[in-house]
Amino acid sequence: MEAASVPQPQAPPGKRVADFVSAQILWILLGGALLVLFIGNPHQTADNVKDGLSIGLIWALIALGYTLVYGIIELINFAHGEVFMIGSFVSVSLYTAFGLTTDTSPALIAIGLVPVLLLSMLASGVLNAMIERVAYRPLRHAPKLAPLITAIGMSFILQNVGLLWRPTPDAAPDLIHSQQHMFSIFGVSIVRSDVFALIVTVPLLLLLLWFVGQTKYGKAMRATAQDPDAARLMGINVDRTIGLTFLLGGLLAGAAGLIYGLYNLTVQFNMGFTAGLIAFTAAVMGGIGNLKGAVVGGLIIGIVQQTAESRLDNGSAWAPAVVFTVLILIMVFKPGGLFGEETREG
Amino acid sequence: MTAVEDKPRRARQRQRFGIGPAYDRAAGALPGWAWGLIALGAMILYGVIGQDTLGEDFYDASIETLAYVMMALGLNIVVGFAGLLDLGYVAFYAIGAFVAGWFMSGQFENANVHFATSEFARTQPGLHINFFIVIFVAGAFTALWGAILGAPTLRLRGDYLAIVTLAFGEIVPRVFELSTSGPFGIGTLDLSNGRQGITPIDRPWLPVPGLEKVGVIDIRPYYYVVLAMVTLVLFCNFRLRDSRLGRAWIAVREDEVAAAAMGVNLVRVKLWAYAIGAAIGGFAGAFLGVYRNTVNVDQFEFGFSVFVLCMVIIGGMGNIAGVILGAVVLSMINRFVLPQLNGVPDAIGLDFDVTAVSFGIFGFLLLTMMVLRPEGFIPNRRRRIELHEGELEAEGETLVEARA
Repeated sequence: MEAASVPQPQAPPGKRVADFVSAQILWILLGGALLVLFIGNPHQTADNVKDGLSIGLIWALIALGYTLVYGIIELINFAHGEVFMIGSFVSVSLYTAFGLTTDTSPALIAIGLVPVLLLSMLASGVLNAMIERVAYRPLRHAPKLAPLITAIGMSFILQNVGLLWRPTPDAAPDLIHSQQHMFSIFGVSIVRSDVFALIVTVPLLLLLLWFVGQTKYGKAMRATAQDPDAARLMGINVDRTIGLTFLLGGLLAGAAGLIYGLYNLTVQFNMGFTAGLIAFTAAVMGGIGNLKGAVVGGLIIGIVQQTAESRLDNGSAWAPAVVFTVLILIMVFKPGGLFGEETREG
Repeated sequence: MTAVEDKPRRARQRQRFGIGPAYDRAAGALPGWAWGLIALGAMILYGVIGQDTLGEDFYDASIETLAYVMMALGLNIVVGFAGLLDLGYVAFYAIGAFVAGWFMSGQFENANVHFATSEFARTQPGLHINFFIVIFVAGAFTALWGAILGAPTLRLRGDYLAIVTLAFGEIVPRVFELSTSGPFGIGTLDLSNGRQGITPIDRPWLPVPGLEKVGVIDIRPYYYVVLAMVTLVLFCNFRLRDSRLGRAWIAVREDEVAAAAMGVNLVRVKLWAYAIGAAIGGFAGAFLGVYRNTVNVDQFEFGFSVFVLCMVIIGGMGNIAGVILGAVVLSMINRFVLPQLNGVPDAIGLDFDVTAVSFGIFGFLLLTMMVLRPEGFIPNRRRRIELHEGELEAEGETLVEARA
């Protein structure tokens, strides 16, 4: 920050504009595209934005898992999408175990959903921490690509576990009557699943931010992310801190799995792969390692995806390809993401 | 620090298990070209008598295996030699297979081009070009795409590069699938028939008397064709490895910055790795498309990229013999061993089909291999030292002394 005290010659206005544009290019492009769409068809665009925000909350929860793990050990936890899938499967099985069906009274559903949510979060969290123990910890000091390859192996194993568990797409009970209209804002109909996603996700996000920002464990996580060796010298149990990070990421993925089940109403074994890549795109877009960035990235990717689905011919088939293209463009041209922070990758 | 004291012992243990040293001794007994001729002779002999002695099914599996060997050798150039982790290799398989589909079938009904094709193909509408021209066209076309898809990844390293290639591997088959009315839905040309795929595809044909009936009743000629292709690919692989370009790849793999400082042109060297790796993938892909007589987007899934990557890693990244071994072993496991294991789930009280979870089993192999022996069964010596940096230095073996 020494440079700040030295009087800087004023850059010419043209250069300043160019700098601003290149720093904010993602915001400009995305905002511009949205504006054009909005002028073309305001109602549909508003609808897309609403749908995008609500599915984006799910992507944000998964993206946080990628970003937490990448922030601390610089590993793309490729199996994270599968952890999300398993969480979703657990929640669907628990509905049956708890006897929750669409006929159960709303009050009982509301009471029953709490333990189901907690248990599926716990299942995913423990699974993620176990993956770290088995597949990544032995390779802590190996070249960087080795754990990435084991992560892919792990992802395939879990996907096939999912395949054995539910060989065909299974229906999740429509417990919250997800498509039921609740109220309208500017002519956009808000349905129950939108509200449900919001009331589950927002407290979790706040809790996570509090945990990472305010608690002793969060401090240990941030210290380990900055410099694992120095953290170890300061008396931080680095291995346990990394395990805790995986646990946190898994907890969020489990919650995302439950919401996704109630939102989409079907679960199947290969849903984790695409969801994982979409969420990873969100994490990269927000600047990997940046928690708030992952949330914003998730919401934006949700909007991009919903817009592609509703606006393109054969949209639901093209949407993943559109999202992956966004991923490639960001990684190649703007690896720092929306907020332009330096990443260790860049 | 007890961990430091353990290291030499652990390194010695690693050296003891595996067939690396034994392989080195055996390979040294005869010059390389002699081993090559012996192997080729044995393969030709198998081609003549194999179908009758070991059965049709095994013969068919051998043809497929040889095609996979080509794929693995191609991926080895990118991953093993140049050290660029490519998770989207299936894209090049898809492009190669589709080139074969376009130029050797009735897909473009309005075109009526025939070039050096069999009597039967001459009567059909569409594009019909001779197989032996199409495979090279497919190779060239995929090489071009390899360079195009590789170009944006040049600034990336490590896992970002892997993810970008993975995304390409997902996008390419989807673009083919959805290009039923022109590329990206622009225009009217149907490039893929959607999910149905392109079928049937012409057979290889040579204008030599006695060989016109290639592949009509007998799959033996396919074997000779693929064997010739593998020989060509293998020859290129050896020559490339020992070339100036090959040494540049290894330098880039070991230390990009140092290589650049020594005057290696990173952009050119990496693009060549992508292009040549892709070309071999397309070459093999075109053959597989013709052999299976169908080109269908369902064949091009992420699992295939990982399957080929698994061959390269299990055999030994960067070691040509290891990669061939890995491809043969995995392909044969996939074809013969997994169906045999169907009794296992029953025995432990579960009920499922082992072949359905084959990718899960390959994932498991990949994981155990990476954790226990990342250098593969027949390791490349330099690669092994790179992967165990620090552990092996105690043995006095360093990168400077080891030959590639």
